[in-house]
Amino acid sequence: MKTREKLIVDGKRLDGRLPEQLRTIEMKTGVVTRANGSALMKFGNTIAIASVHGPRALFPRHLQESETCLLRCRYNMAPFSVDERKSPGPDRRSVELSKVIRLALEPTLFLEDFPRATIDVYVEILQADGSTRVAGINAASLALADAGIPMRDLVAACSVGKISGTLVVDLTADEDNNSEADLAFAMLPSKKKITLLQMDGILTKEELNKLLKLAKDSCEKVYETQKKVLKEKYKRVE
Amino acid sequence: METREVVLPGELIERKGRKIGKGVYAENDRVFAKVLGIPRIDEDEVSVIPLSGVYIPSVGDRVIGIVTQVEISGWSVDINSPYTAFLPLSEGVDFFVDVTRTDLSRFFDVNDVIFCRISRVTKSKIVQVSMRDLGSRKMRDGIIIKVTPSKVPRIIGKGGSMINLIKNKTGCDIVIGQNGVIWIRGERKDKAIEAILTIENESHVIGLTEKIEKMLGG
Repeated sequence: MKTREKLIVDGKRLDGRLPEQLRTIEMKTGVVTRANGSALMKFGNTIAIASVHGPRALFPRHLQESETCLLRCRYNMAPFSVDERKSPGPDRRSVELSKVIRLALEPTLFLEDFPRATIDVYVEILQADGSTRVAGINAASLALADAGIPMRDLVAACSVGKISGTLVVDLTADEDNNSEADLAFAMLPSKKKITLLQMDGILTKEELNKLLKLAKDSCEKVYETQKKVLKEKYKRVE
Repeated sequence: METREVVLPGELIERKGRKIGKGVYAENDRVFAKVLGIPRIDEDEVSVIPLSGVYIPSVGDRVIGIVTQVEISGWSVDINSPYTAFLPLSEGVDFFVDVTRTDLSRFFDVNDVIFCRISRVTKSKIVQVSMRDLGSRKMRDGIIIKVTPSKVPRIIGKGGSMINLIKNKTGCDIVIGQNGVIWIRGERKDKAIEAILTIENESHVIGLTEKIEKMLGG
């Protein structure tokens, strides 16, 4: 991808958004019928599907924990999700993202309710245009709630960063590749607790504080949509 | 059509005061929902009835299980849960059996369907079932279907009103396990299955009994 000189012209970003504006958010639950719970999440062109299987029996047995449940996450990008075909299968990046997604979800779950069992979360990226890991976390949190798994709170996530000297939210792939800094962020919105904070690039202390504030506000917006989607599922009128 | 209020995980229900029931947790003197479901505030207890989720065994539940393995002195039973149950020989038959001479598969064999009661559950969810009480038996013929365990009370209805309606209108024998496994036998079982699946999909809708009555017609 060619580097562009300016990512912000006249206060507007390449796709016409304001710096603090999220892309259009779309969410849907119950998209995978064979799973216990599932959800689809879109941040503009980024599409993630998460499905939750379990709690179910865990094999081989030596992996079982007698006091708690195991949470297993897999983040996977479809080969057709990016411009240049991604070779299928796990790689360094997806192994890392699987881990950070698990760490972002773990604090919200009551894993001790299901000793010896496992909960499997599969996050599939169908279309990647930046912020895939946070889209995956949002989808996974919806899918967990849809599966009826005990949680302290939903998890809302978003990305923020700095491009052309401006602090922005919800980076696209173009912006992410040419950013001065980017930061993935997830939190438990009604507890105000942060469960994921990953930064790449250089920021001053003041900028970081501003970005955290921005990220929190954006997560609130994501949270509102999550709540709406889950409540609407049980409000169908025939 | 009227629906009931749904709460999400992490949603505040009330200030602490009542006993903490299922599906809720307390934090800093406040009570929050733990699962997606319908809140229930009784005089002395607050709880949330989940709308989805797998079956977690608790003592006293009457469940329908499928025998998966015949062991030395008992049987392994699949109870539609992350945890398999064990039916000890002494809880399965009520007379003396010499295990060195008898093949236990003459009492219960693999793939037999049994109606039993959860008799013990340990802290790490090792489950034991028993057949030593009224109503526990091997289910012959018929078919079994699975529904979301949390919807079972809705399928049974207040004092069994809903299930009796289906039984009367279709003339089927129906047994419901609290683990979400339902056994049906009868000529018009298709109708009964249709009705049960409708209840499962629309359990949060008020006035469902009338709808089912209309559906089953005469």
